[in-house]
Amino acid sequence: MMEHTLISKPDFDTQTLEVSLGPQHPSTHGVFRMNVVLDGETIVKLKPVMGYLHRNHEKLAENMSYLGSMPYTDRLDYICSMTNNFAYALAVEKLAGIEVPERAQYIRIIMAELTRLVNHTLLIGFLLNDLGAFFTPVLYAFREREKILDLFEEVAGSRMMCNYFRFGGVKADLTPDFLPRVKELIQNYPRFLDEFEALLSENEILMARTQKVGVLPKELAVSASITGPMLRASGVPYDIRKVDHYSLYDRFKFRVPIGEHGDVYDRYYIRVLEMRESIKILDQAVKEIPSGDVISKVGAGFAKAPRNFKPKAGEAYGRIEAPKGELGFFVVSDGTNKPYRYHVRAPSFINLTILEDMCLGHKVPDAIIILGSIDIVLGEVDR
Amino acid sequence: MKTTEEIKTDLESKTGTSITVQGEALMVPKEKLFDVAKYLKDTPDYQMDYLSSVTGTDYKDGLEVTYHLYSIAKKEGPVVLKTKTDREKGVVPSLTPLWRGAEFQEREAYDLVGIHFEGHPDLRRILMWDGFEHYPLRKDYTQEDQDRNPEQF
Amino acid sequence: MTHAPNVSQVDPALKSELAKKGIAVMKLQELYNWGRRSSIWPMQFGLACCAIEMIATACARYDIDRFGAGLFRASPRQSDLMIVAGTVTKKMAPQVVRLYNQMPEPKYVITMGACSISGGPFKEGYNVLKGIDRYIPVDVHLPGCPPRPEALLHGLMKLQAKIDHQDIEKTEWYQKGLKREFPIPEFGPNGLLPPYNPEVWQPQKRKEITVPA
Repeated sequence: MMEHTLISKPDFDTQTLEVSLGPQHPSTHGVFRMNVVLDGETIVKLKPVMGYLHRNHEKLAENMSYLGSMPYTDRLDYICSMTNNFAYALAVEKLAGIEVPERAQYIRIIMAELTRLVNHTLLIGFLLNDLGAFFTPVLYAFREREKILDLFEEVAGSRMMCNYFRFGGVKADLTPDFLPRVKELIQNYPRFLDEFEALLSENEILMARTQKVGVLPKELAVSASITGPMLRASGVPYDIRKVDHYSLYDRFKFRVPIGEHGDVYDRYYIRVLEMRESIKILDQAVKEIPSGDVISKVGAGFAKAPRNFKPKAGEAYGRIEAPKGELGFFVVSDGTNKPYRYHVRAPSFINLTILEDMCLGHKVPDAIIILGSIDIVLGEVDR
Repeated sequence: MKTTEEIKTDLESKTGTSITVQGEALMVPKEKLFDVAKYLKDTPDYQMDYLSSVTGTDYKDGLEVTYHLYSIAKKEGPVVLKTKTDREKGVVPSLTPLWRGAEFQEREAYDLVGIHFEGHPDLRRILMWDGFEHYPLRKDYTQEDQDRNPEQF
Repeated sequence: MTHAPNVSQVDPALKSELAKKGIAVMKLQELYNWGRRSSIWPMQFGLACCAIEMIATACARYDIDRFGAGLFRASPRQSDLMIVAGTVTKKMAPQVVRLYNQMPEPKYVITMGACSISGGPFKEGYNVLKGIDRYIPVDVHLPGCPPRPEALLHGLMKLQAKIDHQDIEKTEWYQKGLKREFPIPEFGPNGLLPPYNPEVWQPQKRKEITVPA
């Protein structure tokens, strides 16, 4: 941590100022609060305060059937409900040893990558909002988001809270319309990205505001359990899709972009690059998707009678590369139809650990964009 | 990557503790937890530089903390460490000096399950407010009745 | 003094005839309410999932600005409408009440989503308030988890209808000695104290169920 000396002179007595940013503050992305100590405008101390959206997800999950928690996982990181479903399904499948048919795996990957597109697009919109480009980038981002949400609605019946995954597969097969629409989307999305990038990536204001701001060194990032685009922006090539080989990600060709400086600009740019890789994965998945069942027999039985689902006693930790980082579910079974312990390893929560380290010495408006570049969603921070 | 049994024998010989294997997890006595974790982190054979998740669990006969360790350098893992403590005091050494990533997760386990992490730089409640007197993720926690009569306020 | 009903008493046929010539005839009250309903400024204040749908409503596809409610204000002092978009936890409830107290009269509240109405899916949670109407009065309840943007627009239209029917002479914020400060709950050892404001909300009497022998 950086030591800070007050800029006071003997004849001029200065004091630090304590400011509470949030929980109602337009740029804290929800009900997050930062208690900041300022010297002039420079941050000398910052303590995050959370829990304003602590909805007791873990306690509730311990009192209901395994499948009953699936809709609740939607509401963890409410921008990326599909990937939350994915991680939870993966953990329980590991616990109970359920196989997933190939077509279902492909559908899952399509959904996960579409979710990544939604998340990164929104993040860039909100980040620009925090930078002062009030609302216009968000309008562009939401325009694209609506297109993807239409696809989700078509298969899952709901825009945001999809609740689409089941243990052993997914809830329903794709509609005949779906794949052609995805194809159309992945044809048009790069154009949108080019448009976005033409406006932003070499924009002088953006570069002046974000480069060398909020630098996160490699070693600290690893030690502080930072994951996802944050970690890769600091130059650590660690992507769980590549490391864990979960689902069928081995079959797809894609690269893992990494950053050099670990500043806010790198974190912005890595998301643009990741979206381009996601489009590559989608392109391959849409072409190669086989026909067949979308849920295994065992899984379909339990989806009909979720209270009969009693995995044998044991525990499992399932993790995926969610758009925000490593999303893990730790589920302990005692042989009954309710999990004995259910723990969510939430990436946004843990990525906040080093918020203070990144903000020290910067000004308040920089702290806002540093927070924006971490990419938090309060539903996941507080659970 | 070594199997759980191999890690167990290796840890037992190097750190002089008795470790039991529970499924995929290694149950380490809490007095030796810090040494074992440090060994796993610093030894080139393991290089467990990444602490993924810290989970506090309330079993009726005691509290348990589960650590999931991965190695980013070697792209291996997980090694699952567990340790047990009593329900009344519930003291466990903090692993924050080894991994910064444990800071918030240990605060969460303290807040919700009531495990006291010794050596933690800033052990306060993180999700509930400061005056909250219970540990809500314990199995014997009972909620207030929000619909109670005004006389009972 | 009796109050006329809040509709124009001019003959509708004559009114439309005049309107064709570019003359609008209405009561002052109608004009006043028309102005208020067409420029509701909501507070830029999101709590959880529903906030994302609230933003989506403000964006191009649904465009809440068509109803004059697109100017989201970051300060409660400048807003007319609080959209409680998301789960109100016990930790957050005091802040919500405080924000409501800081809004100037006339002020309105829309509870967006099941959580802010009753706790919704999180009702059984130990840190979840079972509905914000326990502490502050609510004008429009908007169910859904989360409600679609269309639903929010519908809720807004319902609020506009309510504003249309308010009588300037009778509205409470023009009465003398109006004090609408709601007490802010405090953190207790196991929940908020008091758990609800009895002046605003009372628990429903539970029906005694007798099992026939």
